[in-house]
Order: sequence, then structure tokens, then C-alpha cells
Amino acid sequence: MLGIKNQILKNLQPRYLIPQVLLIIIFAGIIYYFTNNAGINMKARNISSGFDFLNTNSGFDVQFSLIPYSGSSSYGTAYLVGLLNTLLVAFIGIIFATIIGFIIGISRLSNNWLLNKFAAIYVELFRNLPLILQIFFWYFAVLRALPETKDSITFFSSVFINLQGIYIPKFIFKNFHFITYGFVIALITIFLLSYFSKKLFYEKGIAIPVFKYSVLIIILLPIVFALIGGTTYVVEYPLLKKNYGIANFVGGVKLVPEFIALALSLSVYTAAFIAENVRAGILAISKGQKEAAKSLGFNNSQSLKLIIIPQALRVIIPPTTNQYLNLTKNSSLAAAIGYPDLTGVFAGTSLSQTGKAIEIIFIVMMTYLTISLFISLLLNWYNKKIALVEK
Amino acid sequence: MNKVRIALFTIFAAVITLVISSASSYANQTREAVVKRGNVNCGVSQGVPGFSNADASGNWSGIDVDLCRAVAAAVLGDAKKVKYFPLSAKDRFEVLKAGEIDMLARNTTWTLARDGGLALDFVGVNFYDGQGFMVRKAANINSAKKLNNAKVCVETGTTTELNLRDYFNANKLKYEPVSFTKADEAVAAYDQGRCDVYTTDKSGLAANRTKTKNPADHIILPETISKEPLGPVVRGNDENWANIVRWSLNVMIEAEEFNVNAANADSLKSTDNPVIKRLLGVEGETGKNLSLSNEWSINIIKQVGNYGESYARNVGPTTPVGLPRGLNQLWSKGGILYAPPVR
Repeated sequence: MLGIKNQILKNLQPRYLIPQVLLIIIFAGIIYYFTNNAGINMKARNISSGFDFLNTNSGFDVQFSLIPYSGSSSYGTAYLVGLLNTLLVAFIGIIFATIIGFIIGISRLSNNWLLNKFAAIYVELFRNLPLILQIFFWYFAVLRALPETKDSITFFSSVFINLQGIYIPKFIFKNFHFITYGFVIALITIFLLSYFSKKLFYEKGIAIPVFKYSVLIIILLPIVFALIGGTTYVVEYPLLKKNYGIANFVGGVKLVPEFIALALSLSVYTAAFIAENVRAGILAISKGQKEAAKSLGFNNSQSLKLIIIPQALRVIIPPTTNQYLNLTKNSSLAAAIGYPDLTGVFAGTSLSQTGKAIEIIFIVMMTYLTISLFISLLLNWYNKKIALVEK
Repeated sequence: MNKVRIALFTIFAAVITLVISSASSYANQTREAVVKRGNVNCGVSQGVPGFSNADASGNWSGIDVDLCRAVAAAVLGDAKKVKYFPLSAKDRFEVLKAGEIDMLARNTTWTLARDGGLALDFVGVNFYDGQGFMVRKAANINSAKKLNNAKVCVETGTTTELNLRDYFNANKLKYEPVSFTKADEAVAAYDQGRCDVYTTDKSGLAANRTKTKNPADHIILPETISKEPLGPVVRGNDENWANIVRWSLNVMIEAEEFNVNAANADSLKSTDNPVIKRLLGVEGETGKNLSLSNEWSINIIKQVGNYGESYARNVGPTTPVGLPRGLNQLWSKGGILYAPPVR
């Protein structure tokens, strides 16, 4: 093997150096040409450039925002609104896609004929239809078929489902911070518990059902803290308010159909791919592992949980990272159904209101790049952590 | 091996350079480019009946389409030589700036920010409009001031979107915008009940009402909340082309004023009225000032008709859109349509 020093020395030899330098010059030339050409043409057409517009008032409202925003906010704030909406739908999508993907992937290997076939049909159906069609299906065919506001589907007279969205009660807490404290302390306790139980298991051979205890702790501790700290809450129910002939729900938490359709289609679509990754990962584990687990007296779920999945994860994670990245980038299809994501609010509305095409597209591209690189980084780190340490 | 790679790379770079440079600078060349190409590339809407709308067999018609046809008649002598580019409100200016189209006739509102800030030129007004609201009759509402807590379907990237906010804020009303990139999607969403209100220019409301399942179920509220002068747009660096588009529109308006229409244009050539003679290119050198032949104006009148004919055919009271002339009547008949003299 060549050392780094040797490699550099080798690269410095003229027959290797000249083509590389040439390549760099050509590449730099192309970049220069592109920017220079854009600059000249923009000047010729009197198109002003720069990022000052980010501080000016946007003048348009957005349907759905996680931060306070109105038309008197700046374009910079509009960017944040879009970014957060993208992150929200990507986050929810990734969580549901992972859960559905694992369930379907494992079901495909099940001995239960019905389950097995159902999973196979799911995968073949959802991964072979274009995503945009699936988004349209959920949005136009399913969610638009819901009843009008006045005939909402109602559960427990507090959850209302209609064509304009899903309305659920909102919990407004007083002294909420005590619950947070309880939650943090529960997490620390669980960490210590798992650490000591491992130690106990390896040193004395005593097994503690850590998972069951952890669930208990994470539920009970915040409740105890809430009781001690005097946390109270009020429930704000969605109320049907009538304004002449127009009835609308006011209050509560509102999930708009555009968000539901996008999150649903992204998770259902991506889950089909993740399911195949999961299946591949499990099949990659040699039969001997399962047989060994069986001969040690592990039952089916134990061998899956303790032997198969931990090893399969090494195979599953790298391709699943790709699926997470795809999901995040695919969320930009939001514009097709009017969900105000980064592409819709910033590369769409803001771009056409300001005309700053180059600046805005640049910002948006950089943003997607950053999000994607961050997700890769996170999963690469996790992958390294669980990778087999080979000698 | 490396030599081959470098050679390939150099060729690749050269091709890219060629492609880019061929697409650059259109300054003062639009007319030549159009003549060379043999057709006018005209940006229109994705379907607003009466303004620019394609029928089942792909034939475009509308008051905006007539303007594209007028320019083609003036420059190429044939009103049919137009290629239509249906554009969303969001994309229209970028496509024009990039040089893919020669002119934009897409019910576009003339504002200072667009005229001054986008490096584009608005060259006239072919329809004076104003923004309004459409609601279901069942909503039992007779004024926009009563629209509190309403969900409003709107097309994104438009002045409509901005006026909407201004109006609701000024009247201290709450609303929730539901924005779509296509007018069709916004109308469908409103029609299916996703929104309580649909807002756009009043002409657009009338046009899009014809697209709802049951047009009689919807009413247009009386308020007009903004001024929306709609007109053709060209790139800001081509004065000759801007003049051609501007005067093509003015010829149509002036032709109506002097009762010159498609049918009588030829017979009026022998009239004694010098204004009509100039309008028909029999006298004067109107074409020369635009670098066109002197038949440019009579071609427009004969092939497209005057403004009144175009209006009656596309959006007038006898059409499904059914808009009275209102502001778009000639200045001499109580409207504000006023063309500078063609001389």
C-alpha cells in the first residue's frame, strides 16, 4: 500500500500533474463563464441582484406556518416558514415511513400467507406508481371526498374531519416545564438503568427487563412531576362558528388537507422502498444465525429482536439513508397541491413576487443540500456506531 | 488514456460554451428573431375563458390571444403565425426574461414593481379590471366586508394574493389563504368546498365561474378591491419591439373609434378621412417608424378586427363570460379606453 506521502509524490509527477491542473483550469473556466455570462446578461437587461430583498416586507400570507408570520413579515421570515414546513413534513414522513416500512418488510417474510401476500401487494403497488400520482390520489380523490364542514365526521364531539381539514382539541398547559423536567430525569434514569443492567448481566448473569421498566419510568416520572409541580391544563375544543352561511371551525389544532395528503403519500411511498431494504437486510443474515438462536432456546420474536435485527441493521441502514434523502427532496412536490413548503413559499411565491430568480434558487438549492448532507451525516454516524468491528 | 479524456472534456466545455452564447443577449433583436423564425412566441394563460383559452382541438382564442395574433399580423402579415406558451402566474416573467417568448399577453396587472423592478416593459392596457370575490349563493353573503374567518382560494405569485391581504387587513377581517400555482386548481378547490371564497380579477371570476359544476350556484360580490390594468409585457431592452406591440394594440382601439372593422377595411381605403387613411396605411409612413411594412395596420384590422370586435367575440355580453363593456368602453362612449393617435 502507498502511504499518503508517496501518493502525493506520485501525483506530482508531470504525467499525472499536467492533466489534473488542466482539468482544474477548465472547471474553473466553466464556473467563471457561467457566473460572468449571467452577470453580463443581467446587467444588459437591467436586472438588479443582491440579497437585500430578504429584509423587505413580503406582502402575502401563508396558509400554514409554525412560526408567527404575516404579510408584514420579511421575505427572510417567509423563507423560514417554508423551511420549517419542509422539515416538518420530512420529519413526520421519515418517522411514519420507517414504522410502516419495518412492519411491511418483516411481514413479507412472515409465514402467515395473508400477511405475506398483503405486504407483497403493498410493496409492488406503492413503489411502482409515480409519487406525484399518489399525492394527487390522496389529495384529490381521498381528502376531497370528505364531507363539507357542516356535515363533518365527528368523534367524541371533539375531533372533526371534513374537506377543509382535521380539527383536534388543543391542550393548553400551565406550568408545563415540570413535565419537561420529569421527562429529562426519566431519560437520565433510563440511561443509568440500562448501563447498570448491562453490567449486572455481564458480571452476575442477572437479567432485568429494562424495556418494561423504561416504559414505566418514561410514563410515570413526568406524571409525578406534573402532580408535584401543579401542572394544569385546559382543553380548547374546535368550535363551529357560523358567519352568515359560511361555517368554519375556530380554535383547537388544525391539520390542513395539503399537509395530510403530502405526509401520507410520502410515508406510504417511501415505506415500500424501506420495506424492501428491511427484507433484504434480514435475508442477508445467514440461516445459521437463526438456527443457532433457536438451538439456544430463543423463541421467534427473541431471535428476531436480539439476533437478526441488530445484524440486519448494518445492511439496512445505508440504503435507507438514501430513502430518507429521497423523501426529503420529494417533499418539494408539495407545490403541486399547495402545501406551503420551501419550494412553494420561497422558490415559488417569493420568487415570482420579487423576480430574484438566481438568488432565490441558489438559497433553496443550498438549503436542500444542507438538509440532505445533515441527514447523511447523522445516519453515517449511526451506521459507524453499529458496524461490525473487524480485526 | 488521459489524453482522450482531456480531449473529450475540452469538446464538452466547448459545446456548453456554444450553447450558452447562442442563448444570450436579445437586445433590440426580437423583431429580426421573429421574422427569421417565422412566428411570434406568445406567453398566454393556462386557460382563462375569454382571455386565452384553448378549445378541444387546440385552437386558442381570447382577447389576449387576439393581441398575439395582431402582433403576428403586423410583423409577419399572417395572424395565424403564433406559437402559444401557456404559463402559470408564477413562471410568466422568468420565461419572458429568459427570452423563450417574445411577448406576454396573459391577463397581467401593470404595477410599478413589475415595470421597474423586473427589467420588463408594460406597453399598454387591453383590459381594465379590478379584483373581486366569488362565493356560493348558499353562503348568504352579499358583501366582501362580511367575509370573516373565510378560507380563500387564490392563485400564487399574483397581485391578487397581495391585494387580498391588504383588503382583509384594512377591514380587520380574518382569513386563511389556500394558494395554488394554477388558476384551474384554485377554482376546482373552491368548487369542491376546500374554500369558501375564490378571488381573482372580476373578469377572471366571470370566466372561471363557467368552469364550476353549476355556475348558477355562485355569485360575484359587488366590491372591487383593486385596480387591475391588464396588458401586454415585453422585455425592457428592446424599444422597437415594445413599440410594435404597443401600437398593434393602439391600432385596434383607434380602428374601433373610427368604425373601421375587418369587413369594411378594404372598402374604406378610398375614404376621404385622413385619419382612416393613415390607419389603413394608405397615407403616411406609420410602418417605417416601426421598421415594418406599411400594411402592418391593415393586416391587423383585416385579420383580427378592431378592439370592439375582439371584445364582443371573446368576453362580450353574448359570450359565456358575459362581461359588459364598462370601463373598457371607448373614451368617447363613457369608458376610459383611449389610444394615442396613430400618425
